[in-house]
Amino acid sequence: MSALEIREVRKDFGSTRVLKDVSLAIDSGEFLILVGPSGCGKSTLMNAIAGLEPVTSGQILIAGKDVTWQTPAERDIAMVFQSYALYPSMTVRQNIAFGLEMRKVPKREREEAVERVADLLQISHLLDRKPSQLSGGQRQRVAMGRALAREPKIYLFDEPLSNLDAKLRVEMRTEIKKLHQRLGTTIVYVTHDQIEAMTLADSIAVMRDGHILQLGTPDEVYNDPVDMFVAGFMGSPSMNFLTATLEHEAVDYRLRVSTQGEEDVLLPWPQAHETPAMAEYVGRKVVLGLRPEHFSEEDERLGEHAEGTLFSARVTVVEPTGADILLRLPLGEKEVTARVGPKCRVAAGKRLALRIDMGRAVLFDPQTEQRLA
Amino acid sequence: MDNVIRRRTPGARLARAVLYTVLILAVLFYLMPLVVMLFTSIKPLEEIRAGSLLAIPLDPTFAPWAKAWGEACTGMRCEGVSVYFFNSIAIVVPAVLISTTIGALNGYALTKWRFKGSELVFALMLFGCFIPFQVVLLPMAQTLGWLGLSSSRAGLVLVHVIFGIAFTTLFFRNFYVSVPSELVSAAKLDGAGFFRIFWRILLPVSKPIIVVSVIWQFTQIWNDFLFGVAFSAHDTQPVTVALNNLVNTSTGVKEYNVDMAAAMIAALPTLVVYVLAGKYFVRGLTAGSVKG
Repeated sequence: MSALEIREVRKDFGSTRVLKDVSLAIDSGEFLILVGPSGCGKSTLMNAIAGLEPVTSGQILIAGKDVTWQTPAERDIAMVFQSYALYPSMTVRQNIAFGLEMRKVPKREREEAVERVADLLQISHLLDRKPSQLSGGQRQRVAMGRALAREPKIYLFDEPLSNLDAKLRVEMRTEIKKLHQRLGTTIVYVTHDQIEAMTLADSIAVMRDGHILQLGTPDEVYNDPVDMFVAGFMGSPSMNFLTATLEHEAVDYRLRVSTQGEEDVLLPWPQAHETPAMAEYVGRKVVLGLRPEHFSEEDERLGEHAEGTLFSARVTVVEPTGADILLRLPLGEKEVTARVGPKCRVAAGKRLALRIDMGRAVLFDPQTEQRLA
Repeated sequence: MDNVIRRRTPGARLARAVLYTVLILAVLFYLMPLVVMLFTSIKPLEEIRAGSLLAIPLDPTFAPWAKAWGEACTGMRCEGVSVYFFNSIAIVVPAVLISTTIGALNGYALTKWRFKGSELVFALMLFGCFIPFQVVLLPMAQTLGWLGLSSSRAGLVLVHVIFGIAFTTLFFRNFYVSVPSELVSAAKLDGAGFFRIFWRILLPVSKPIIVVSVIWQFTQIWNDFLFGVAFSAHDTQPVTVALNNLVNTSTGVKEYNVDMAAAMIAALPTLVVYVLAGKYFVRGLTAGSVKG
């Protein structure tokens, strides 16, 4: 039995269909992340799960029970809002206890729950303050405390970290992950930040225009994307899309990438990744997807053991990030981004020899943008 | 106050002197009616007849105030304006409380529990702010008759509540629009219902707008003359109507000092309310959002 199951949920706002027959299921203790650009319907789906928005059709089941027409209170879920939504007139203590009070939990138990949660989130010293006296990070903790106090069946997080500054966001991200590992709670988490999605999720649902394009583990979504949108959305800097011609040479497939003013680069396609669909595309243009880290600097010490296809290009921009260096260089019709080690000594305008790891490359149909191989 | 840094030249000093002179004159001009009222109300009649309006009282006496309060004739009766003063209080207090409460609930429902057509409902309610009172006198009299509330204080309370709701709804609706709706969502998930959310979440942050609504309604209803004169009987008249009757009583000597004292008495409550809560009034009108 799934902790949460969504069956063909559809949501119309007037004549606009915001959710188009969305279905998914997650197990108890699973951390599901809904990710996608703004307007993709992820927040609407979250509100539908919470019961804040009635669905037009379809079913929502929590722990096997149909809750489609239940009120938010009856569904036994807790939500952490982007704006935290702390009750401004109440102290932190009252904020955390409010849900328990509404559910007529005796005062003693309420106090125990507040203490437990405050300990867990290290906010014991803030309990008698008002939300207006707290910093952003503290408010975030209180908002989580309010959700945790009730021990509901499912936790919903609606972009909880997007109002924090960069450093705090990374810290809180780790804390949320720790909390999830410790408490084994079922979480549905909405974000537009693909790094949050990759780092936190057990499974990721990538959404666009009211559809779930792909539902899978972070590894699947990152390394095995179903189409160009998912491939481009996950990962930063995002995947390079190169126009290439698919050729069939003897028994192997290979890709010809033509760059103006350079020799064509011929990239052999690994046999292990061949698909039947590729046969139709021989001699036609396809889109080759290469992530920046699929490039590497040529290392002469490796000699014959070096893997990948060698090519060279004139580097146009060098962007050191500290941990590594991002390079922009012409390949195919446009420039691509390559990620190389921090010790790479290269200057803009100079030629550099690079290798491409075709073992992780992906192919797309240029028209449908669907995955070929 | 003056946060522009500049050298004090003689020209600037002169300009400043002119500015203050003009301002002081304006203040005196606006204060004059009040000063005349106050001076006249504490002068004996002989002094009024002899001196000018603006002369400072030589022999101040509070007898006119006492007479206005307890003995002056309003039409047929001679028991002062005190009875009508308390009539006004008995009308204003419930009318203010009820219209503010309903306005708050309306504003809350129209912003946080939107339904199909809620904007239309709000737009229609706004019409109430622009309808001239005279237009509804006859239908209202008819309605009060059907309800059996003609010439009663309860009838006047009803009329003022109905007219007040348009304004109080507008106040509260515009205030609650700026309160984040996520607060209501959070409370719903926590298990609170319509009234509980209103009482525990919205009302505690509504102080500024409650003050605005109360002052506005208090002033409007206390100063009302038209409804008071149209829908009241002798013993249910508000103080404004009594004041009119007192001043227009044509028997005997014209006692200007008593008239002025009665006018002061009738005007005092709104002044007191504004002095006590005026700063919240300005603050509430300009309050754009609730600090999280």
